[in-house]
Amino acid sequence: MQAVKQQAPSEALKGFLARYDGLRVRLPGNAAPRDAAAALLRDKGLPTPKEEAWHYTNLRSVAALDFQEPIADTQAGVDLLALLPKVEGPRLIFVDGRYRPDLSTSPDGLEVKSFAGTGVFGDLTKPERDRVVALNTMLTEDGIIIDVPAGFDAGFLMLAQLTSGRHRRVASHPRHRISLGEGARLVLLEVSAGIGEYLNNPVIEIAVAEGAHLTHGRLQQDSEDAFHLGTIYADTAANGVYDCFSLALGAKLGRTEIHARLGGEQAAVHLNAAQIMGGNQVSDFTTAISHDAPNCPSRQTVKSVLTGKARAVFQGRIEVARIAQKTDGYQMNQALLLSPDAEINSKPELEIYADDVKCSHGATVGALDPEQLFYLRSRGVPADQARMILVRAFLTDAFEAVAHEGLRDVFEHAVEQWWATTGKDAEAPAA
Amino acid sequence: MLEIKGLTAEIDGKQILKGIDLTIPQGEVHAVMGPNGAGKSTLSYVLSGREGYEVTGGTATFFGQDILAMEPEERAAAGIFLAFQYPVELPGVGNANFLRTALNSVRRARGEGELDAVQFLKQARAAVKKLAMSEDMLKRNVNVGFSGGEKKRNEILQMTMLQPKLALLDETDSGLDIDALRIVAEGVNASRGPNFSALVITHYQRLLDYIVPDHVHVLADGRIIRSGGPELAKELEADGYAGIIGEAAEAA
Ligand SMILES: Nc1ncnc2c1ncn2[C@@H]1O[C@H](COP(=O)(O)OP(=O)(O)O)[C@@H](O)[C@H]1O
Ligand SMILES: [Mg+2]
Repeated sequence: MQAVKQQAPSEALKGFLARYDGLRVRLPGNAAPRDAAAALLRDKGLPTPKEEAWHYTNLRSVAALDFQEPIADTQAGVDLLALLPKVEGPRLIFVDGRYRPDLSTSPDGLEVKSFAGTGVFGDLTKPERDRVVALNTMLTEDGIIIDVPAGFDAGFLMLAQLTSGRHRRVASHPRHRISLGEGARLVLLEVSAGIGEYLNNPVIEIAVAEGAHLTHGRLQQDSEDAFHLGTIYADTAANGVYDCFSLALGAKLGRTEIHARLGGEQAAVHLNAAQIMGGNQVSDFTTAISHDAPNCPSRQTVKSVLTGKARAVFQGRIEVARIAQKTDGYQMNQALLLSPDAEINSKPELEIYADDVKCSHGATVGALDPEQLFYLRSRGVPADQARMILVRAFLTDAFEAVAHEGLRDVFEHAVEQWWATTGKDAEAPAA
Repeated sequence: MLEIKGLTAEIDGKQILKGIDLTIPQGEVHAVMGPNGAGKSTLSYVLSGREGYEVTGGTATFFGQDILAMEPEERAAAGIFLAFQYPVELPGVGNANFLRTALNSVRRARGEGELDAVQFLKQARAAVKKLAMSEDMLKRNVNVGFSGGEKKRNEILQMTMLQPKLALLDETDSGLDIDALRIVAEGVNASRGPNFSALVITHYQRLLDYIVPDHVHVLADGRIIRSGGPELAKELEADGYAGIIGEAAEAA
């Protein structure tokens, strides 16, 4: 066998491993998966661009930093609540990776358990293949565990992950598990936000049983100095629906990685997203959809709006197993570059082993149309508002995919807010 | 009101307008006719502030204000409206929203109060009805999937709502059948009055049977080569542009 040159662990990893050694006996649950994760990280380190899956997103800036343990400070969470979108309904609040029942309101008719209480890891993730998940596995302290009973419509629920890097550069690794029983329904709004420099590394495992329907909205509004590495593994049984829309606006460097499996006939998966970035932000949306059963549709509309020197990545992999005949896959990736220095990297990957499938994918890159801009301005609409209208129009088909009105309002509002604070000024036209 | 003196303009370094002199007093409707490529659309774009059209000389004032120094939206607020020869499609932008945004933008700039959704819809529905458009057009995306005639009517709808002091109508008649032409002309005529002027650009005399102009100008190769009353349009219809352009060349 070829000798593998072992790299000295990065600054960040040294800290993470040392923390694990110190915390090991106090962390909840079975130590075996955590030990395996630690061994893997010790051996291989954090992902690097030499690996195909990380070709476009370099974690060097994360690896170079020394992250601290969050201090349990009960005051800390309160002011962070102002970062949450204004939306009615039950909310489960995490601060620095720990569940805060004092700030949360439980949903009616649902039992909410915490990972800290049960310590049981799910079996959907692949920490041995994904070292960002391994990092979460090694260090996670808490998360939410929700089982929506069969046939129950749990309505709307917000799950918020707030992090404060104001006094210390902290890292948090929440670990959630959400299961929907047969025919159950849930609308979940997952929010990430915070202040200062920190790493937010949530992992969610999702199981959608037969005929169940999960609407999953993600709003990533982490601080402009933060790093966001979010991973989702979702498994959908026959006639089940996993409908996800992910809006990334925040973080200096962010990656959302979603692995979705269609495990029974007529299951449906939607992985739609919008990444709206400016300055030097980097945002990565990486997905892997596995069609493991016949007659399943999967849909992806991914839009990037980039100003300044922002860069976005979309990697969309669709695997169609031999058994998955009559698969109907659709993937569209579109970028709107509002500045000459903005950049989009995209990589669609189709791996098809069945012979009777319909898989289409397309990609476009463009700028704002000066003729459309002039048309709006000639009607009296000020230039910045005209640009916003066209940006919003560009996002239309991604937003239309969000069927839940309350969720759509949250996303629309977040985009308007982004425009008012960031987008508008970034793009005054060259005179 | 609108006073253009010695206006020259170029696109990509190519001179298109070669010295335009034109005055449109308040309340008057003037027609500009001329062959394809004469510079009629260029004149309308220069007056409404489209990028890429570089004014190299001359002046254009509107109520004494130098409009050439103004942004397109400022010109709109000042009361200039361009009905596009080729109206632009805006996928993802609803027509009603577009109209309301435009209307409230100019109202704000003019110091008038904004209209709420109910007030707006009332006005818009009335205007739509007058133009014999279906209400459905308010719900559709701006000009997307509209027929040629629907697009032109949509331009006139915007004009009616925005109540400009000066409308530049660039070949609003092209692509319209006779019924649509009549409706569009009625829309324009309904706006006529002491506070409304128009520059009606057309290739054909036909439109001027319905919107009878106070003056007619012939634009050829970037210059106004003749001006006269409505009878000039009839003369052009009978003799074509070649004769007039020839005369002008001889006279020069
Ligand atoms: N975007 C452009 N780039 C270069 N030349 C143009 C452009 N638009 C118009 N022109 C030229 O300018 C001249 C006048 O065009 P236009 O104003 O559209 O004429 P009209 O409206 O009278 O038919 C034509 O020769 C045309 O080819
Ligand atoms: Mg023209």
